[in-house]
Amino acid sequence: MDENNFETIIVHSAKYKTEYTRKYRNRPIWEAPNENYIYSFIPGTIIDVHVKAGEKLKEGDSLLILEAMKMHNNVQMPFDGKVVKVFVKPGEKIPKRHLMIEIKPL
Amino acid sequence: MSLKRNILDLRKRKSEVLKGGGEKAIEKQVAMGKLTARERILYILDEGSFHEYDLFVEHVARDFDMEKKKLHGDGVIIGTGTIHGSPVCIFAQDFTVAGGSLGLMHARKITKIMDHALKMRVPLIGINDSGGARIQEGVNSLAGYGEIFFRNTLASGVIPQISVILGPCAGGAVYSPALTDFVFVVNNISKMFITGPSVIKTVLGEEISMEELGGAKVHAEITGNAHFYAESELECFDQIKKLMNYIPWNNTQKAEKIEPANPKKKKKIENIVPGDPKMPYDIRDIIEAITDNSEFFEIMEMFAPNIVIGFGRLNGETVGFVANQPKVLAGVLDCDSSDKAARFIRYCNAFNIPIVTLEDLPGYLPGVDQEHAGVIRHGAKILYAYSEATVPKITVIIRKAYGGGYIAMNSRHLRADFVFAWPTAEIAVMGPEGAANIVFRKEIAEAEDSEAMRQVKIEEYKEKFANPYVAAARGYIDEVIEPEDTRKMLLHALQVSANKSVMGPKKKHGIPPF
Repeated sequence: MDENNFETIIVHSAKYKTEYTRKYRNRPIWEAPNENYIYSFIPGTIIDVHVKAGEKLKEGDSLLILEAMKMHNNVQMPFDGKVVKVFVKPGEKIPKRHLMIEIKPL
Repeated sequence: MSLKRNILDLRKRKSEVLKGGGEKAIEKQVAMGKLTARERILYILDEGSFHEYDLFVEHVARDFDMEKKKLHGDGVIIGTGTIHGSPVCIFAQDFTVAGGSLGLMHARKITKIMDHALKMRVPLIGINDSGGARIQEGVNSLAGYGEIFFRNTLASGVIPQISVILGPCAGGAVYSPALTDFVFVVNNISKMFITGPSVIKTVLGEEISMEELGGAKVHAEITGNAHFYAESELECFDQIKKLMNYIPWNNTQKAEKIEPANPKKKKKIENIVPGDPKMPYDIRDIIEAITDNSEFFEIMEMFAPNIVIGFGRLNGETVGFVANQPKVLAGVLDCDSSDKAARFIRYCNAFNIPIVTLEDLPGYLPGVDQEHAGVIRHGAKILYAYSEATVPKITVIIRKAYGGGYIAMNSRHLRADFVFAWPTAEIAVMGPEGAANIVFRKEIAEAEDSEAMRQVKIEEYKEKFANPYVAAARGYIDEVIEPEDTRKMLLHALQVSANKSVMGPKKKHGIPPF
């Protein structure tokens, strides 16, 4: 085995020389969720956008309608706050984890 | 009156059915690089041993003009034959007949041969090559699948069940192979998925080819649904025949013993393993230095290669090996490797195959992805499987046996029958680096040169605890052995465990952490 080609795995502070698998390389890297970014949770089509940048909203107010798998999903404001920017427009087809709206708490 | 006329009539009827889906459909099958269903059966079984049943079965669909259609054998061939001279039951879906689609009578033929296999206690081999449910037969085809799944479950752990995926196997159909013991796939031919690429594209907008979604490589490497991967159908059939050599024909028997043979010596076993416990090596070199003829038949070679499982022989008898693989991901336990090992341990236990565990692991793989994927319940499967197993269980600790990994890998505490350790074994609650950082945290923090102090303390811990003797002093291991004696000790341990008999508490079944 060629030592130069080894990768490293750390378990309990010890560094082990080893090889990676393709699956390990492609593992999802965790990110802390940012509540100010509203992402699509499923791919679909934007049916309607109900808000504009700068608008002040209450928790539960409708932000937009995302159609996916023949269902109209009402995406709501998660807390009282303000719309910072809208990234999508009606009719747009978007993938999963697509940034739709940025908001911030008041 | 002579019987000649009746006999000629029978022959004519048979030759008609043997045409399968007809010349054109067979040409198409060949063009896809596939053998026909009947050819496949003949390749797998001993020459001249195949006997077919239910040749004249006809479908019962009466809607959508189906009554006008003739489907030879209703798209599946069933029968019995022998492999290595021993009986097996077999079925093969015939893609040339209505795409091998499954209707009521098609399913009835399969369940008939399954019932037969279970009753006669002989292995069942199923060759899957089918477009799925025959839509025209509606709920009857669903009933057919259900009855197959039920029998797969009933036969599980009683007779070996082998699934060979030689074409599409999609939707509900995939659950029969998933319920069986070993799944064989062939590159470019096997396709397995619940939801196909076209639906995924319409519904989710994700574009993916059939091969990338559920091809042979995907199931052999990523999902772990397949146990054996081959480049061609013929290679696949050879793998099946090889596997049949290693396993017993049912759960009341032992695998056939063959003439014992010594390993083919390449180099000294102790020269395979680096002295530095942080350096890798290929554990399969150790297995091959131990087994008869240095032969090792690996299972799930591409999936979770950080643990190695498979069959080898010791003194002519089949043994299941479970071994950490330092070469890949340092041999850690994670979700996938735990699943892989646990299932194999349960297979060995169900079919009276002794288990030899070779241990060298730093512990569990750290990471958010692992924790969120449920490494707790997956990891628990190994503990469950080893604890539950009543076949002879022997462990050889080669180097690292730390923490939860030490307990999980068939430790004394899970009722291993024999635990041997090489003098290089480090049996401890964790590696010296981690332990020193915790135990001597204060000393390290307060030292003028923390790094130097850390190294001193690591060495101190290593000297005291990174060895097999602390565990040996408690009887947790039975003997510290010289590496060269490993095979000798295993042969002896298997010999004295031959009549092992233990009984657990009476129960319907346990509740393993699926």
